[in-house]
Amino acid sequence: MINIKQAKKCYTSEVSIGPITIDIPKAGFTSLIGPNGAGKSTTLLMIGRLLNMDEGQIEVAGMNINSTKSSDLAKKLTILRQENHYVTRLTVRQLVGFGRFPYSKGRLTNEDEQIISKYIDFLELTELEGRYLDELSGGQRQRAYVAMVLCQETDYVLLDEPLNNLDIARSVQMMEHLKIAANGLGRTILTVMHDINFAARYSDRICAMKDGKIAAFGTVNEIMNSSLLTEIFETKIEIIDGPYGPIAIY
Amino acid sequence: MNFAVNFQNKSQQCLDNTDRKASAFRTKRDKKRYWILLIIFIVIGLFSVYGLLVYNNPVPITSPSFKPIVNRRMTAIISMIIAAVCQSLSTVAFQSSTNNRIITPSLLGFEALYSTIHTGTMFFFGITAFVGFSGIGPFLLQVGLMVFLCLILYGWLLSGKYGDMQLMLLVGVIIGTGLRSVASFMRRMLAPSEFDVLQAKLFGSVSNADSAYFPIAIPIVIVVGILILVNSRKLNILSLGQSTSTALGVNHKSGVIYTLVLVSVLMSISTALVGPLTFYGFLVATLTYQAAPTYDHKYLFPMSLAIGFVILTSSYFFMYHVFRAQGVVSVIIELFGGITFLIVMLRKGTL
Repeated sequence: MINIKQAKKCYTSEVSIGPITIDIPKAGFTSLIGPNGAGKSTTLLMIGRLLNMDEGQIEVAGMNINSTKSSDLAKKLTILRQENHYVTRLTVRQLVGFGRFPYSKGRLTNEDEQIISKYIDFLELTELEGRYLDELSGGQRQRAYVAMVLCQETDYVLLDEPLNNLDIARSVQMMEHLKIAANGLGRTILTVMHDINFAARYSDRICAMKDGKIAAFGTVNEIMNSSLLTEIFETKIEIIDGPYGPIAIY
Repeated sequence: MNFAVNFQNKSQQCLDNTDRKASAFRTKRDKKRYWILLIIFIVIGLFSVYGLLVYNNPVPITSPSFKPIVNRRMTAIISMIIAAVCQSLSTVAFQSSTNNRIITPSLLGFEALYSTIHTGTMFFFGITAFVGFSGIGPFLLQVGLMVFLCLILYGWLLSGKYGDMQLMLLVGVIIGTGLRSVASFMRRMLAPSEFDVLQAKLFGSVSNADSAYFPIAIPIVIVVGILILVNSRKLNILSLGQSTSTALGVNHKSGVIYTLVLVSVLMSISTALVGPLTFYGFLVATLTYQAAPTYDHKYLFPMSLAIGFVILTSSYFFMYHVFRAQGVVSVIIELFGGITFLIVMLRKGTL
């Protein structure tokens, strides 16, 4: 469970995000949607302790993210940003291996190696595991980073726009993989999504944000509501029933 | 739940190939090449040291005055080792923790501060004070001042609300340029004789080194050097950048500041001992990345030590015995190092 209480981030005196109060239940796939500047990434980064909040507090699995040691938190919670600095001469396997750092502190055991192999195979990077990161396309690198954070085997995984740089086929694959991780492995996955239809198809819950506040939080069917989404995005959005659930037309 | 089954199947497949390992090198060939290069560099380094110690010794080995000459030359060798250890470890650690491969600690104001301290002493207190400004007290003072400046710079810039690495590097470069201009302004107002004495001190040279400093410098370098080597695993993570290292449970800010403090101690000792060696650290680090194709500092550091040692000792050997010059080794390092650097870069086409 992720409990956010009155969390607030002030960028300037006029621009601030929050206060946000929300409880995101354990297990399952939750998507954050909303227009640009609504505070989706800010919220995600605050939960992932990459951004200090100015007020309020956040607890993940009962641990306060400000007072818990970062190395303990790294066994419970991980976060992946959109843009990642990558070093040259680092292979995919070595990168994924860094996901074991919270446990092995850099000395990989045989057990670690098997876990690394498992996630490399899981994200279909087996062929690429010996490539350097600068020899990969943006989408392949994105998958390698996702493999790294999954390899960390934390209960909570936060992803900032995991579909960035991915084509339709890869996006579908990535979502399938994340869905397996959420439902098959019992992880709690929280992502920032731009595509409402991807969010609707794969999420268990959707959290819609607007103007730095939570506008709505509920199941896919509750949120995929024409008048609600039209108001949030300030664009005419119709909802029709598709073969896999509601589809937004805009 | 066929998702879970699918996942189980996948993890079953990979149990077959247990030889899949995330080693520090991509291939066995890379690893072999690394060790061969490392051994070659160490051997060349040792040859240069041997050459520097006994080559062209004016007296035969049987003569009683052979030993004092070797002893005298030994002082120069020890200062070369100290400079090599300080500059190579600190440049590699600095570049990894700041995620950049262009800026080195030298560019960040260390050497500018060194030349400002010396020029200022000459300018304000005259030549007698300048010549008297040596010994353990002033040495520690210089080291202390340089470390202090860095602590202010890092502490202030990295812990502020908008703590930003790029901003810190930029401000550091600007402070360095500013200090250099102040020093050069003061130098213009000096008498020619004073300028001459000063200039000798401002070129990096092991002949600046005074063996009286060794009892303090060597233990500090050993302790700080070991702390940096022990920090290798953390540096591997820090080089992935702020967000990834935080996600992996490494406190990025304190990790970077800790590394930069160690770097500033090493750089200050090297600069206070032998003077500025501007291009040297950059050259060592860049060649290290070419010779050791790995992210792992456990392997980068030994290679950087070997390369740093080879560059310094062979440059001195060339200067003394091939060019028969008693001048400024930084000129040789910059000439040959620059050429080597360009060749390596243009052939590989990547940093």
